[in-house]
Amino acid sequence: MSAVAAGTAPARRSKLKFGPLWLAVPGLVFLAVFFAWPVAQLLGLSLVDSETGGFSAGAYQRIAATDVYLRVLGITFRIAGWTAFWSLLIGYPLAYWLARLPDMFRGRMLLFVMVPFWTSYLVKTFAWMIVLGRSGIINSLATGSGLVDQPLPLLHNMFGVMVGMVHAMVPLAVMTMLPVMTGIDRRLVQAAQTLGAAPARAFWLVYFKLSLPGVAAAGLLVFISSLGFFIVPAFLGGRQETMLAQLIITQVQELLNWSFAGALAAMMLAAALVSCWIYDRLFGISTIAGGSAQAGAGRIRDLGLAILGVVGDIAGRVSAVAQRVLGKRACAALLPGFCWLVIGFLVLPTLLVIPLAFTSSQFLEFPPPGYGLGWFRTYFESPLWLQATLRSFGVAFVTALAATAIGGFAALALAHSRTRWGGLIFAFFLAPMIVPRIVIAVGLFYLFARMGLIATDLGLIIGHTVLAIPFTLVTIAAVLKTYDQRLDQAAATLGANRVRTLTGVTIPLVKGGLVAAFLFAFITSFDELTIAIFVSGGVKTTLPKQMWDDMILQLNPTLAAVSVVVFVVVTAMLLLAERFRSSSSS
Amino acid sequence: MTANQPKSAKLVVEGLGKRYGATTALEPSSLSVAEGEFLTLLGPSGSGKTTLLQLICGLVEASEGRVVIDGRDQSSMPVHQRDIGLVFQHYALFPHLTVAENIAFPLKMRGRPSAEIAGRVASTLDMVHLGHLAGRFPRELSGGQQQRVALARCFVYQPSIILMDEPLGALDKKLREHMQIEIKRLHRESGATIVYVTHDQEEALAMSDRICLMNHAKIEQLGTPREIYERPRTAFAADFIGISNIFRGQWDGNGALDTPHGRFALPSGANCQSKDAALVIRPENLHLGERDGNAVSGRVSEIVYAGSETRVIAALGDGSPLVLRLGPDDPVPAIDQAIVAGWARDKAVLVA
Repeated sequence: MSAVAAGTAPARRSKLKFGPLWLAVPGLVFLAVFFAWPVAQLLGLSLVDSETGGFSAGAYQRIAATDVYLRVLGITFRIAGWTAFWSLLIGYPLAYWLARLPDMFRGRMLLFVMVPFWTSYLVKTFAWMIVLGRSGIINSLATGSGLVDQPLPLLHNMFGVMVGMVHAMVPLAVMTMLPVMTGIDRRLVQAAQTLGAAPARAFWLVYFKLSLPGVAAAGLLVFISSLGFFIVPAFLGGRQETMLAQLIITQVQELLNWSFAGALAAMMLAAALVSCWIYDRLFGISTIAGGSAQAGAGRIRDLGLAILGVVGDIAGRVSAVAQRVLGKRACAALLPGFCWLVIGFLVLPTLLVIPLAFTSSQFLEFPPPGYGLGWFRTYFESPLWLQATLRSFGVAFVTALAATAIGGFAALALAHSRTRWGGLIFAFFLAPMIVPRIVIAVGLFYLFARMGLIATDLGLIIGHTVLAIPFTLVTIAAVLKTYDQRLDQAAATLGANRVRTLTGVTIPLVKGGLVAAFLFAFITSFDELTIAIFVSGGVKTTLPKQMWDDMILQLNPTLAAVSVVVFVVVTAMLLLAERFRSSSSS
Repeated sequence: MTANQPKSAKLVVEGLGKRYGATTALEPSSLSVAEGEFLTLLGPSGSGKTTLLQLICGLVEASEGRVVIDGRDQSSMPVHQRDIGLVFQHYALFPHLTVAENIAFPLKMRGRPSAEIAGRVASTLDMVHLGHLAGRFPRELSGGQQQRVALARCFVYQPSIILMDEPLGALDKKLREHMQIEIKRLHRESGATIVYVTHDQEEALAMSDRICLMNHAKIEQLGTPREIYERPRTAFAADFIGISNIFRGQWDGNGALDTPHGRFALPSGANCQSKDAALVIRPENLHLGERDGNAVSGRVSEIVYAGSETRVIAALGDGSPLVLRLGPDDPVPAIDQAIVAGWARDKAVLVA
C-alpha cells in the first residue's frame, strides 16, 4: 500500500491512507446493528422494570435473593470449569502428537479432530443418548455380557453431561492449541537436550512453557463456550445439571420475562468478559490470534519458572523409572496409543448412529435386528422434515455468500491497512465467537420482534451471518497473510488499477481461501440451533430446530436418519473446504 | 597451530553412517579430531556435513559406526548425557528466558550450586562482551548479539567438544567476518575442541586447523587449508575451494596429459589412479606467455580490477573460461586481445 502510494502527491496520500479501511465498513455497520446493538440493548433491558419501564435493579436483586438461580449459576461455572479442565488434559497430548507429525500426515490426521469439531452438537448429543442411555449401547453390552445386573446410570447425571461436554469441546481445545505448538521451534527442545536436559525435563522447561499461551487460550475458549451450552445439559443431564442458558430459554419462551432473561444473559456475558480480562492480564489477548506472548515480569514469572523446574525435575525422574520398568519401546508407544484412544472417543459415537439410521426396528436398539431404508423414507416423505431441510440449505447458502463477502472485505481491509486500530477492529469482528451465542440470540429475538423479522428467512440469515463472520474473516485473513502483497504492487506498476488488480491477481490467488471460508460459513449456518430456536417460529423451522423439537418429544429412528444426512453433508463440505484451503496455501 | 604436533585424539569417528530407507545421508566415514583442534566440515548443501554433526552429538541415531569421545564409546549415549555443546544454525535461544538465564541453563541442568552459576554466567558474559545485556530477552537483541549468547551458552559449561552448525549463516558479510575473528579468539582462549560446519570455503580457509571436505554424503578430502588448496586430490576439491582452471583429459601414464586444449607436461612425480584425469592450475600460477612448454591461447573477455590484483578472464578456443591473476606490476591486456597463457609445470596439480 505505502509503496504504491509513494508515487502520488502528498495531498492525495493522506486521503488514500484511509482507503483500504473503507472495505471493512459494511462489516462494521452490520455487526454494530445486528450484534453490538441488540446485545447492549439486552443488557440495558436487565436494568428496566418490566411494568413501569423505569430504571430498576429488580432482576438482579431477584437473582441474588433466589437460591435456585444462584445454584444454577454455580452449576454453570462448575460444569464449564471442569469441561475446560478435562478438555485440556485430554486435548494437550493429542495436540502435541499432531504438532510433531510431518506436515503432510498431520493434515490428514487433523480431520479426526476437524470432523467432530464441525459435527452438529445435536448429532453428537443424540449419539451419546444412544450410547449412554438406560437401554443404550454400553448398557446393553454390559448387561448382555453379565458384567452388571442393573443398567448403569450413565445418563441424566453429571457423568453424562461431562462426557457430552468434553466430547464437544476437545476438538476446540486441540485446534486452539495446535497453531501455538506447531509454531514452537523444535530445535529449542533439541538445544535443551544438548545442554544437558533429559528429554522429559527439556519438554517441561522449554516446550510446555512455550505452549502455555495456547493452553490458556484453549482453556478460555472452552470455558466461555461451555458457559452458554444448553443442548448437552438438556439431553444428557438431569434437573441437577440445569445450566444458565436453559434458564434463559425458559424465561424468554415460556415466561416472556425479558428483563429477567436480560439479567441472566448479562451475568453470562460478564462471566465471559471477566475470563477474557483475566486472560489478557496474564497472557495478552493477541495470543489467541497467534501473536507472541508477552513475557511476564517479576515474581510471577520467577515463580512460574521455579514451578516448571520442579515439575521438570520430577517428570525426568518418573520417566527414567518408567523407561526402566516398561522399556524404551513401550514408553514410545504410550503417546500414540493414548491419542488413538482419544480419536476413538471423538469419532466413534457419531459413527455408531449410522447403523441405527438403517434399522428395520421401531426402536433405537443396538445392534439393529435388521436393516432397511424405512426411516430415510419417513424422513423424505415428511413435508415438515423436507421443508426444514430445504430451508436450512437455502439459509446456509445465502448466509455463506453474505459472510464470505463481509469477512473477505474486512480481511482485505485489515491486511492492507497499517492503522493502529487494526487489532481492535479484528477483535470486534471476532467478538461474535466470544460472546455466548445464547446472548446474541436473545438480543436478536428482541430486536427482530420489533422489526417483524421473527419467523422469517431473512431474520435467520442475518443472525447466522453474525455468527459466521468470525470464521470467514479468520480463514481469509490466514490466506492473505501468506499472500505476497508485492504481487499487487507488481500488477500496479504494470498498469492495472485497483479493481483490475483485485479481480485479475488477488482473487484468483486466494480463491481457495474464499471457497473454504464460504463452506465454513455454510456449515456454521447449517448446524446452527441457538438463533433458530428463537428466530424461526411455527412451521418455518430449520433442520436443527426440527431435530431439537423432536428430541425433546421423543427419540426415534427418524432422528438417526436425519443425523446421518446432516453428518454426511457437513463432513463432505468440510473435506471440500480443507482441500480448497490447503490448495490455496501451498 | 596444533596440526603439526598432534595431541591425543579428543573425538574419533569410526565408520559412522546414516541411511534413511534407500537414501544415504552419510556413507560410513571415519575421522579423528585432536584435543584443541579446530576442524571444519565443508561442503555444498546435501553433502552430509550436517548429518555427520548430528550423529556426533546424538540428535540423530546412527545406522552404523561408533563415536568415541575421550576414549569412551558414546554411540548409544542419549544427547543430554554426551559431553558436547552444539551451537545451532539459528541459535535456538530459549525465547522465554533472559540472556543470563539462557546461559545459566546448562549449569542448572548439571545441578551446579547457584553461587557458582552466577559467577560463571557473569564471566562468560564478559568474555562475549554482553555483560550489560544480561537481563534482556533474546528477541530484544540484534543477530550478532544473539550469536554471542549462543556461543556463551555453549562455552559456559566447557564441554569436551563444541559443535557449530553454520553459526554465522544468518549474519551479513561484515558481521560474519567480525564473528569469525571472535570465534577464533574464543577458541584460542578456551582451548576448546571445535567441529565447525559451513558451506563457505573462505570461512573454512580462514578459521580451520584442518578442513574435512565433503561431497555426495562422503568425505572427499581431509587436510590443512594449505594442503587442500595447494594439493587438491579431486577436481571437485579444486573447484570448490578457491578459483581453479581445470583441464580434463587422458593421462598417458607418464609425464603428460592429453586435453582438447593441447598436450601438457605434468609436474614431476605426478600420479593418478585412472587414465581419466584433470590438471588444475590456480589463477595466480598462470602467466602471460608460455612456460615450460605449457601454453593455451584465448581471447580476453573480461577484466576485473580488485585492488591488490587484476583478474583477467579469457575465452579459450571452445569458449570455456580461463582465469588468470596479474600482479600489480604486470601489463594489463585489452578486451578482445588474443593472449597466450602458460604455467610452470610444477605449479600444476594432477587430480582424479
